[in-house]
Amino acid sequence: MIHFDNICKRYPGGHEALSQINLRLEKGQMAFLTGHSGAGKSTLLKLIAMIERPTRGQIFLDGVNLNNISNNKIPYIRRNIGIIFQNHHLLYDRPVFDNVAMPLIIQGYRRQEIHKRVRAALNQVGLLSKEKAAPITLSGGEQQRVGIARAIVHKPLLLLADEPTGNLDPDLSREIMQLFSRFNQVGTTVLIASHDLDLIEQIGSPMISLQDGKIIDNGLPFSVGNQQAMAEKNA
Amino acid sequence: MRNTSHKNSRIRSYFAHHMRVSLASLGRLYAQPVATAMTAAVIAIALALPVGLYIALENVSQISSGWDGSTQISLFLDSRVSKAEAQKLQQRLEKHKDIRKIELIDKEQGLTQFKEVSGFGDALKHLDENPLPIVLVVQPETGVNQPDITGRLVRELGKNKQVELAQLDVQWVKRLYTFLEIAHRSIWVISSMLAIAVLLVIGNTIRLDIQNRREEIEVAKLIGASDAFIRRPFLYTGLWYGIIGGALAWIITLISLFMMKQPIHKLALLYHSDFRLIGLGTDNTLLLILISCSLGLIGSWIAVSRHLKDIEPS
Repeated sequence: MIHFDNICKRYPGGHEALSQINLRLEKGQMAFLTGHSGAGKSTLLKLIAMIERPTRGQIFLDGVNLNNISNNKIPYIRRNIGIIFQNHHLLYDRPVFDNVAMPLIIQGYRRQEIHKRVRAALNQVGLLSKEKAAPITLSGGEQQRVGIARAIVHKPLLLLADEPTGNLDPDLSREIMQLFSRFNQVGTTVLIASHDLDLIEQIGSPMISLQDGKIIDNGLPFSVGNQQAMAEKNA
Repeated sequence: MRNTSHKNSRIRSYFAHHMRVSLASLGRLYAQPVATAMTAAVIAIALALPVGLYIALENVSQISSGWDGSTQISLFLDSRVSKAEAQKLQQRLEKHKDIRKIELIDKEQGLTQFKEVSGFGDALKHLDENPLPIVLVVQPETGVNQPDITGRLVRELGKNKQVELAQLDVQWVKRLYTFLEIAHRSIWVISSMLAIAVLLVIGNTIRLDIQNRREEIEVAKLIGASDAFIRRPFLYTGLWYGIIGGALAWIITLISLFMMKQPIHKLALLYHSDFRLIGLGTDNTLLLILISCSLGLIGSWIAVSRHLKDIEPS
């Protein structure tokens, strides 16, 4: 599903956020991305979502080389991805339902279909009763769940989450992570950046550790790309 | 079969989406009535001004259009020439092959006409004697109504000792037409400048709108909205400003015309004219709305293409 081939990302000013990243996440897998802040977790996710472009190397998403995607085709790549942020990026000028419906409206779904899917998504995150509520009236955990509903409403192949539990207490965090596990069980590929090691261990999914822009520990099952990465690490 | 119905529903949903976006844009304008009204008023005034000038010019052209063919030569006689001498001259000149008819306006007639037309009648009372000369108004043969022949006739008549000044009346008509031509050009210049002003006003309004909705644009881009999708509500906002501004400009023009109608009618009566004020007409009204809509769209397009690029998720 995701394949990083010798990726480097250098920001203007010379800071190298990622160097020589080789990584392969198969379809239907779930993995965590860990490391201290500044290790390059967010940059790695941004490269997949095409918010940033790599300085060197190639990224394949579902077999498509992202280097070959022109800027005006980026939206169509993003439609296959559900992105969840730490600060959930909800729009406070409209109710929960409208927030969750956004990806479907963008993709031109019909009204009845939108209603059906939004309800289903809200049901999955346990917020069906709040569809008419203003996001500002919801608790932090509920707002995060609205963000998740918005990320899954269009049934993306891949879910990316950047510190989704950053602002939440341990119980709520576990609940959110279990939600991700459930999506993974129905076939969605999931990649979560988090520094909450205790929680990650409870879930038991493989863990990719980043430090100073390099992979220092790749807990993914062996595959060609990962073997390469391990070999480079040991050399 | 299933494919076509799917395609149809896709197209239907596309139009439904456009409908929704345009109404949502209108709703946003309605939610801020004061700001919207002010912007629309600026647009309307900027549009109504050239429209008003255009109407004024059309009306002046209408008045002057009848004067083109009627060339007259006025012979202002020397003030020492008596009426009897003038009549003799009139009879003599009427035999000229290029002259069809001559009308004599003596001093008293001239004074009465001048009083009627100029409104300076009272001032003339203070003069000791009538300062106006006798005038012979010469109508050339219709066949010789060509510039060079009439020109020769004017020169010939001017050589006569009793004639102080021979003036081809077509000259001031020509001057008027030149002035009208200049006015026409000026209206174009003014209209172009005001059109640019409208573009800037709409562009600036849309730019502020984009800034206010920055977060929404970022989120939309992150979840895969195409540029067209993000542009759409802003283009509709520009279009609505164009429609509202154009309609307001039309109303302003109507009110102004209504206010001018009475005094102009009075003035026309004073000149014994059946002059009627020309309004904007259906064609020109549609043209006005079309232009204002285009300006709205173009203005918002400029703002959108300049500023949407700057907003990228980070």
